[in-house]
Amino acid sequence: MNGFRLPVGEFIESGIDFLVEHLSFITKASADIIETVLGAMESGLLLVPIPVFIVLTAAGVWLLTKDRRLTFGSVLGLALIWNMGLWAATVSTLALVLVSTLCAIALGVPLGILSAINTRMYQAVMPVLDVMQTMPAFVYLIPAIPFFGLGKTAAIFSTVVFSMPPAIRFTCLGIRQIPAELVECSTAFGATRMQRLMKLDLPLAAPTIMAGVNQTVMLALSMVVIASMIGAKGLGGEVWKAIQRLQMGRGFEAGIAIVIVAMILDRVLQKLGTRKDT
Amino acid sequence: MAKIRVEGLYKIFGPNPKKALQMLSKGRTKDEIMAETRHGVGVNNASFEVKEGEIVVVMGLSGSGKSTLVRCLNRLITPTAGKVLVDDQDVATMGDEELRQLRQRKMGMVFQNFALFPHRTVLENAAMGLEIQGMDKGERLRRAEEALGLVGLEGWGHSYPRQLSGGMQQRVGLARALALSPDILLMDEAFSALDPLIRRDMQDELINLQERMHKTIVFISHDLDEALKLGDRIILMKDGAIVQIGTPEQILTAPADEYVARFVEDVDITKVLTAESVMKRSEAVADLRTDGPRAALRKMRKHNIAHLFVVDHNHRLVGIVSADAAANLAARGEEQLAEAICTEIKTVFPDTPAQDLFGIMADLPYPLAVVDENNKFKGLIVRGTLVAALAERGGAA
Repeated sequence: MNGFRLPVGEFIESGIDFLVEHLSFITKASADIIETVLGAMESGLLLVPIPVFIVLTAAGVWLLTKDRRLTFGSVLGLALIWNMGLWAATVSTLALVLVSTLCAIALGVPLGILSAINTRMYQAVMPVLDVMQTMPAFVYLIPAIPFFGLGKTAAIFSTVVFSMPPAIRFTCLGIRQIPAELVECSTAFGATRMQRLMKLDLPLAAPTIMAGVNQTVMLALSMVVIASMIGAKGLGGEVWKAIQRLQMGRGFEAGIAIVIVAMILDRVLQKLGTRKDT
Repeated sequence: MAKIRVEGLYKIFGPNPKKALQMLSKGRTKDEIMAETRHGVGVNNASFEVKEGEIVVVMGLSGSGKSTLVRCLNRLITPTAGKVLVDDQDVATMGDEELRQLRQRKMGMVFQNFALFPHRTVLENAAMGLEIQGMDKGERLRRAEEALGLVGLEGWGHSYPRQLSGGMQQRVGLARALALSPDILLMDEAFSALDPLIRRDMQDELINLQERMHKTIVFISHDLDEALKLGDRIILMKDGAIVQIGTPEQILTAPADEYVARFVEDVDITKVLTAESVMKRSEAVADLRTDGPRAALRKMRKHNIAHLFVVDHNHRLVGIVSADAAANLAARGEEQLAEAICTEIKTVFPDTPAQDLFGIMADLPYPLAVVDENNKFKGLIVRGTLVAALAERGGAA
C-alpha cells in the first residue's frame, strides 16, 4: 500500500469544481431567490406580535390535534422562548426548517412514488439514500459553500440533502406495502396507473408518508445547529456562538428552544399521520 | 351462445415459457417441468365455453390452476398461449385501452378476501368501479346505493368496511361488482373465507340474484358442495389441466377418471339428484279430449301399468286414472274419461331434490307426477325407479 493512493478525494474535488464552474451561475441565482423568500418569510413572521403568534399557534395546535395538554404545553413553551429572548432566533430557525422541509418533501415524495412504481428507479435511488443518510452531515457543508456561498441557502441545501431520505423511503415503503389484493382489485376494475395512485396508493400510504414527513422535519431541525457553522443564524447560530464562547447557560437555553419547537412540530405531525386510522 | 370461449389456453410461469410449452406438448408432467426447468405450469391447454346467463364453477384443489385460469379471463394474468374470446374479442391480444374498457364495463370481479378499500365507506367502495369509469359523483353514488340494495345492505352506505362482518363485507364486494351492471361476474373463491352458515346464505343469495339478473358467472371454488349447488356446469381442474366439464349430475354419475371419482365419492347423492334426473319421461298419458276409457285401458295394458296420468290439450296435468276405474266406465259403456279421473294428486317440480321425494312418495298408492311451473306434465316417478336410479349411481339412499 506504500506510495500508491487512490485519488478519491481529488477526484470528487475536481468533479465538484467542474460543477461549480459551470453551474454556479444557476445556484448563485437560486441562492438569491431563496434568500429573498426566506427573508420575506422571516420578516413576515416577525411582524406578527408575539402574543398573537402564540395564541394563533395554540389555536392551530388545538384544531389539528384536539389535545388539551399539547395545546397548553405549546403556549407555555413558546412563552418560555419569548421570555429567554430567543424569539427572533426561533422565528428564523422556523423559517429555515419550513423552507427546507417543504423542499425536501416536494422532492422526496415524488421520488418516493417513482421508486415505488419503477423497480429500476428503486434500485438507483436506494444506494444513494444510504450514502445520504450515513455520510456525516458536516461533509455536505463543504460543497454547499462554493455553490451557494456562505449563508442561509447553503444551510438549506445541506439540510434538504440531509433530511430528504426519510420522505423518499417512507413514501416508497408506504406504497409498496399496499396489500396485493387491493392492487389486483383496482386493476381488475380497469384503473389506470394514475387512478390507482390517486385513489388507492396515496390515501392508503398517507399515514406512512406522514411518518416520513415527521422524520424529515425532525432531521431538518437537528441539522439547523450544524448548518449554523456555514452561516445559518437562528437558534443554531445561538448554540454555535455559545460553543465558541463557552457560555454553557446560553447554549442550553437555545437548545431548550430547539427542543420546544421540535416537540410541537413532532406531536402535531404525528397526530396528522394517525388521524385517519382512528 | 357462448359468452366466453377459451381455446387452447396455456399459462407458464417463468422467464422462458417456450421451452416449457414444448415439453408440455411432448406429454411431460407439471412436476417434471418444474424439476427440470424451474417453470411453473399454471394452466395447461384449457378449452371451454361459458354460455350467456350460465353459472360455471371452476373447481379444483389449491394449486390446480383455477385462480390462474380465471385471471386469464380478464388478463390480470397474461396467458402464454391460446385464446380467450369474450363476445368474440380476444382478451389475450387486445390493446391496453380496449382491455381497460372491458374490465371497467363488461366484467365485475369479486375477491376471496373481499379487497375492500379500508379508507372508503361502504358506499364509496360500491361506487369504486363506476368512479374508475369516470361517472360523475351523484350518478355513481345513486347506482352504488341501488347495488347495495340488491345485496341487502341498504342503510349501511356510511359505515366503513371494518365495522362490518365478513359476510356483509363480501356483500359489499358483490355490490361493487354489480354496480357496473357487467355482463360477466368473475368470482374468485368469493365465499371461501366465510363461516359455513354465512357461506350457505351467500350461496342462496347469489342463486336468488341470478334468477333475476341472468349474468354470466364464472365462480372459482375448492368446495364440491358449493360447486354442485351453484354450478349449471362444473369444470374440474387438476395440475392446470381440465379433467372434466359437465353438469353436477354428470360429474357425480359419470366421473371422467379416478381423480374426479375420488373427489365426489363423499357427496350425498340424494342432495344433488333432482326429480327431473330420476323421473321417467313417459309417453303413456291419456289425452282428456280424445281418449275414452277404452283407449286409456289399452295404453295401460300396452305399457303394463295400473295408473295413467291424464293431460289436457296443452299437455297440462289434469289428474290420474286407475285401471279399475277405467274398466268400470268401459263396462258401463261411457265414452268420456272425466268421471273416473282423480284430480287430488301430489306433484313435484323438476328441481325438487331427490332426498325430498322419499317422504312424498312414502305412502302414495300411485306414481308421482313431475310438472313444471305451468303445471305441464314432464314425467313420472315410481318408487322402484327412484331407488334404482340412486343405487345405479352409487348413492347412499
